Amino acid sequence: MNRRTFNRNIALVGAAAALSSFGIARAQAQKLRVGVLLPRSGFQGFIGQSCQKGADLAPGVIKEILGVDIELMHADTETNVDTARTRAERLIQEGAHVLVGPFDSGAAAAIAQVAEQRGVPFVINIAAAPQITEQGYKYVFRNFQTAIDIVRNGLDLIGDLFQATNTVPRSAVFMHVNDTFGQAMAKGIGALLPRRTQLPFKIVDSISYDPAAKDLTVEVSKAKASNADFLLLVCRLNDAILLRREMVKQRWDPMGIVSPGSPGMYEEQYFKTLGKLSEYSISNVPWYNPNAKLTRVVEKAFLKHNPKDKLVFHGLNVGFTFEAILVAADAFRRAKSVDPKTLADALRQTNITEKMTLGGPIKFNEKGQVEGIGSACVQNLNLTPTVVLPANAATAKPVFPAPHYKKA
Amino acid sequence: MPLDLVLNVVISGVLTGLVYGLMALGLSVIFGVVRVVNFAHGEMMTIAMYAASVLFAALGLDPFVAMLPIAAAFFVFGYALQAGLINPFITRPEHSQFMLLVAVAIIIVNAMLMIFGPDARNVQVGYQLESFELGRLLIDKARLYAAAAAVVATAALFGFFRFTLLGKAIRACSDNYLGAKVVGLDVKRLYALTFGLGAACVAVAGCAMVLLVEVTPSLGPAYTLLAFVIVIVGGLGSMGGALLGGVLIGVSEALAGLFIAPSAKSMFSFGLLILVLLLRPQGLLGRRS
Repeated sequence: MNRRTFNRNIALVGAAAALSSFGIARAQAQKLRVGVLLPRSGFQGFIGQSCQKGADLAPGVIKEILGVDIELMHADTETNVDTARTRAERLIQEGAHVLVGPFDSGAAAAIAQVAEQRGVPFVINIAAAPQITEQGYKYVFRNFQTAIDIVRNGLDLIGDLFQATNTVPRSAVFMHVNDTFGQAMAKGIGALLPRRTQLPFKIVDSISYDPAAKDLTVEVSKAKASNADFLLLVCRLNDAILLRREMVKQRWDPMGIVSPGSPGMYEEQYFKTLGKLSEYSISNVPWYNPNAKLTRVVEKAFLKHNPKDKLVFHGLNVGFTFEAILVAADAFRRAKSVDPKTLADALRQTNITEKMTLGGPIKFNEKGQVEGIGSACVQNLNLTPTVVLPANAATAKPVFPAPHYKKA
Repeated sequence: MPLDLVLNVVISGVLTGLVYGLMALGLSVIFGVVRVVNFAHGEMMTIAMYAASVLFAALGLDPFVAMLPIAAAFFVFGYALQAGLINPFITRPEHSQFMLLVAVAIIIVNAMLMIFGPDARNVQVGYQLESFELGRLLIDKARLYAAAAAVVATAALFGFFRFTLLGKAIRACSDNYLGAKVVGLDVKRLYALTFGLGAACVAVAGCAMVLLVEVTPSLGPAYTLLAFVIVIVGGLGSMGGALLGGVLIGVSEALAGLFIAPSAKSMFSFGLLILVLLLRPQGLLGRRS
């Protein structure tokens, strides 16, 4: 090979390499990289893993219904706000076009700051603290109820529950976790309950506790001493399990445990760990519509990915996580670009009517918040979370007061 | 505030405190003799909790029965750890010992994460949801048994150090390292024995604790910190002090939760720590150096 041939070959190889890299870049632009942030370890690990199931099935289902290619990039927030922040930074550095997650208000607030600073759209799957969408952020979108909406819907459903069961409890003891979500819910209840004159009960004591607590003896002793008719509970998963066990140990048997809108008591792990003790707990929460067309598609994919699981135990987590990715994919399909600003503009124009969760279409208001998401009264019956209210979505009648736990 | 409520909470605090005390006792014994602060203490207890949950799941072994084999295994583990890894560091600067044991702690956490995953595990025995009823007092059975195990283990350890030749030899090493060497005691072997005993203590505490809390790999650091608070309050190196510190922390947390706010419980244990450091830096039952 002479010098001229060598130079020509080098030039050809260089050109081919350059062209192929353009090709790669073009191919990559056809794919939306979604950074999924979830608490897959730590004390919210079970719920994070449940949400993860919704993320895992999303690329296949979305390809089927929208024809959009998605590449998921996973990050574990470890149930830690600081970790959530650094993982979000890293996902952006590694090329995520959109962030999705993180099932926690504290983590969501931290990620929202990062997303806003870096100008990368962030679609929240589950997180209720109202302030997240009250900061004037341009890149933050939430397809989940705010704490105020959850409380409003939750209290309305409590009224419906008493009406449906002809019961008139006069007092409640309010126990709540003291994290960002729990504080927001407590504030919401403090603001809304006095205005709900149709509700017959008063809160006789309010007890806040650490969601990572390993012992709730004192808390339950205090709650029991209040002699309240029922327990109004804003919890997470592990503390809900601890609390239920402690109630049995202390032989405290109120009319029932009712959550005005928090995770924990409808989760699979709650049933697995507590068995029959999980029965009759009530959660008024945003829920999925089992009759929706999209639910059937998602359920099929869910069973393919998790042959030993049932969607009903993961419905809320899977539903909202899947929908968050769907929202991002839909915006990408319309924007035809991964440019953050173009994607954010497309997100603002979202109007998804075929959805999995209860309520109206997914449309963001000027704050990036979806309004009109519905709630259901979900009671644990026959070791399954069962919709008991509203009547038009119910598959069983509510049981309140709950039978004595020994007879359960 | 009803008296029975206060009494129930105090009893629960005492019982939990006794288990805390046993856990801290291991740390205190190791420091009292070997003069090495075990920063992997909580992580070692977490291994014992996992061992109890695995034996329960595989063989249906009650953690109180599993206590003996697990404690024996931990004794061997502790002996080997001291003889093989820590003894060479005894004469090195304290920061080297500190880094060594922090490294051991990190390795334990990550190994458990790899083996067991991040999910919480628990043991569900028949009596776990039962309570003894004494008038208006309700005493949690599992907590009572755990506290009883803590008292028995502490008494046995106390008896060993007080009445056996080996125990006296270990105490001699603790009192005067050079003197012990001069009279011909095999100090390094005695150190290894002490670390083994401390590890066995942690194993018993872990088996009792698994009945009260669920275990995750990330549980260790919180318990390491708690053990430090307890031994500093009770007096580093004092066996009685560890138990007293545990009970004080257990009761103060319970009462703070009852009278002030449950979410402020741990604030009070740290408040107590600061108070003790200010007024009696050697701890309640510790000796002035």
